[in-house]
Amino acid sequence: MPVSPALAPPQGDIWTPHAVRIVDVVQDTDDTRTYHVAFDDARQAARYAFRPGQFNMLYVPGAGEAAISISSRSRSGSPLLHTIRTVGNVTGALERMRVGDTFGLRGPFGSCWPLEELRGQHIIFITGGIGLAPLRPAIYHVLDHREDYGDVALLYGARTPDGLLYEGEYRDWIADGLRVQVTVDRADPRWAGYVGVVTLLLDRLPLSDPANTHVLCCGPEVMMHYTALSAFRQRIPAQNVWISMERNMNCAIGLCGHCQFGPSFLCKDGPVLRYDRVAPFLPVRGL
Amino acid sequence: MATRPRLAVFKFASCDGCQLSLLDAEDELLEFAGAVEIAYFLEATSAIAPGPYDIGLVEGSITTAHDAQRIQDIRAQCRTLITIGACATSGGIQALRNWADTDEFLQAVYASPQYISTLATSTAIADHVRVDFELRGCPINQFQLLEVVGALLQGRTPRVARHAVCLDCKRNGTVCVAVAQGLACLGPITQSGCGALCPGCDRGCYGCFGPALQANPRSLSDQYLATGHGPAQLLPLLRNYNAAATAFREESERIERLAGAGD
Amino acid sequence: MTADPGLIPIGGERRIPSDRLQDLIDLLRQDDYSVVGPTVDQEAIVYDEVTSVDQLPRGWTDEQGPGTYRLARREDDALFGYVVGPHSWKKYLFPPLSTLSAADRTEQGWEMRRVEEAPPKYAFLGVRACELAAIAVQDRVFAGGPYVDPIYSGRRQSAFLIAVNCTQAASTCFCTSMRTGPRCCTGFDLALTELPGEFVIEVGSDRGGTLLARLTTDACSARTLAAAEAARQQAVDQITRRMDTTDIRNVLLTQLEHPRWQETGERCLSCTNCTMVCPTCFCSTVEEVADLKTEHVERQRRWDSCFNPEFSYVHGGLVRNDIRSRYRQWLTHKLASWQDQFGTSGCVGCGRCITWCPVGIDLTEEVAALREKPACP
Repeated sequence: MPVSPALAPPQGDIWTPHAVRIVDVVQDTDDTRTYHVAFDDARQAARYAFRPGQFNMLYVPGAGEAAISISSRSRSGSPLLHTIRTVGNVTGALERMRVGDTFGLRGPFGSCWPLEELRGQHIIFITGGIGLAPLRPAIYHVLDHREDYGDVALLYGARTPDGLLYEGEYRDWIADGLRVQVTVDRADPRWAGYVGVVTLLLDRLPLSDPANTHVLCCGPEVMMHYTALSAFRQRIPAQNVWISMERNMNCAIGLCGHCQFGPSFLCKDGPVLRYDRVAPFLPVRGL
Repeated sequence: MATRPRLAVFKFASCDGCQLSLLDAEDELLEFAGAVEIAYFLEATSAIAPGPYDIGLVEGSITTAHDAQRIQDIRAQCRTLITIGACATSGGIQALRNWADTDEFLQAVYASPQYISTLATSTAIADHVRVDFELRGCPINQFQLLEVVGALLQGRTPRVARHAVCLDCKRNGTVCVAVAQGLACLGPITQSGCGALCPGCDRGCYGCFGPALQANPRSLSDQYLATGHGPAQLLPLLRNYNAAATAFREESERIERLAGAGD
Repeated sequence: MTADPGLIPIGGERRIPSDRLQDLIDLLRQDDYSVVGPTVDQEAIVYDEVTSVDQLPRGWTDEQGPGTYRLARREDDALFGYVVGPHSWKKYLFPPLSTLSAADRTEQGWEMRRVEEAPPKYAFLGVRACELAAIAVQDRVFAGGPYVDPIYSGRRQSAFLIAVNCTQAASTCFCTSMRTGPRCCTGFDLALTELPGEFVIEVGSDRGGTLLARLTTDACSARTLAAAEAARQQAVDQITRRMDTTDIRNVLLTQLEHPRWQETGERCLSCTNCTMVCPTCFCSTVEEVADLKTEHVERQRRWDSCFNPEFSYVHGGLVRNDIRSRYRQWLTHKLASWQDQFGTSGCVGCGRCITWCPVGIDLTEEVAALREKPACP
């Protein structure tokens, strides 16, 4: 059940990664960095295109591959960015890399946020921590086509103020017409904003037209579950809630069986799924 | 050349087979020796460099009070401690003493038992000190050892599978000896690592790599008991190189109780 | 319209005496096929390369039940007088181990390249109806979606399929429930029906018809055709195992908390045997194979299984962290969510998972139990 016409799958060899080179690395938080990478092969660079919500398989020979969402503008010509938190072997190996180093990339893969279908609608982006990374291309898409959408808001939570991603960009986003609300679990003395879980922001958000409001959510499964409940309390219809899910993506093309979640292959039917289509499976332990 | 990690290999109660399997890795040994500085490895060289060491490989189980102290000193000297082989990871075949009277053994085996000082049990290294990685097998698989050391050098998690031997049999095209021949095979509850050697030679698995992750020995032995294999056959199968590994030990003790109840 | 003398049309049937089956093998080998067929090895009838009819399991049969398989002597000289064994054709089309790509460290950084494989050209001799169905299922998995696996499709496209109609059934067979057999109806180049001393050969494709026209064959008498039909009917009559597939997708996907999962989870060894012998199971893991200094690295795909606890590993732990949830994943995938994913059941009713489960767990029994409403807590 693809949610949106994804791009045509990458042509040619589905298994061999393309070499990319690190152009720049920005340290976002203690354990998170944003890598700007460029293809070594100019033809591949010209060919490459993705839709917001999709991911790439990043490959460090010896360490393996990991599915990493794309966090840059999808507009052609934009630098290709991945925001990566160190959690395992591949991300650990990437952490040790420097500008000029190379690694492999296959992609893009997976479904995307239904931004074309949502023209003329109101959108709430809701996420926490690193979950902002896969939403950022969607935020940029909406802001780049601001007139196509109604009210748009970002509700974002982090454990601490130090854990907020892309903090330097919020001012521009607000200027471009995005309502931004940020909350943290634990404040520090400098923090003057909200404290508490991010779903509380959704509970309190005044909505002019819930029936035409859509929620795009990325976070831990339990957070997405509570977000959906909050959305329903706000009278947002179940079919207007979209989530991005994560499992062990090994092949990224639905051939290896690893990322199954009920009837879905999260690598190709997901990661972006309509909430009501997977809701029966979300509470099942060990699925 | 940049300083290479210093490696030490220590031996406790064991047959030396696991250390030898490292020396057996002929093609890779030179590469291995180039990647680390072998500082302490009595099986390979009499040249001894003092600690501390970056990587300590420990073979063998703890069977004496002296060894119980020595492993503490070794732990203190090694940044990363890896135990290798069934003895070090589960107590080895010598853990059979855990169910027997050690004094009786001493009387039977030694002409002058008064000179022998030993514990009543044989236990895994991890029962005494913190262990960073346990590499199973009797003996270990040399390629798994190279993988563990390689992963350590590259700062990643070692890729050592913990699934059952059956997966390897099937990848090899080996026909299941339990189903097709009615042999009592421990493959379904034993961790991969040997490449499914014995079933490939028409023999049941002896469990050399210890229990697989989340193994279910009870169901397997119930099946074997129901299909003509007696406790007298299953007990020694479970009480073998990894007799004291928890899943095998608990199941062998259950079978012993079943057999006792049946007497 | 005159018939092309170089082509026996699809549906056409010819007869050859059993002692001329070697001609078929020779012809295929002449056309550069590696002929793979049944042979006795390791106390079972397995699939392996054959060059001679003498390697086929002449006079052997198999006796199967939950958790047990035994070779037995037949009273005749039948070459295909058995059912299905531990191997399936998937090991040739989806090999247990394949290299996908390689990477080399250079002065300029990593260079990654495809590892080319010239696909081997196989002729499969003795493909049963359930196995034809299984190949059709894997065609959908590996070549029916947006991403086509080059290894599978390369091998599949060149494979020549010689089916054999079953003339007997094992106690574990339930192809009639899955509507996949025992009659070979589609998906083959040639299909044999074995009779005492002779074979009826049916053409299933132009490629098959062309090959058969090069073989010396006779016309089939009405009596021979009737005998072949009776032999095939014998297999149908012998099938006793049933699985009720009515609305099975919804039945299973709405019973995810049924107590039966726990009960079966206590019996199941999570040993992976059922998935490995299953002719449609396709799970795999891609692993790195590197030298100690990580200068040359290959990516290798190996058969894997949803019963391998680490198969569901995500950073932080195992998603399916007990045998209950792994068994549930396998059965619901095979019989239910497979339909969402590939528009077909993942089960072809071959019964291998029943026979080769070391503790004899029988999925038809499981489905029947899951159809029973659980007792109220």
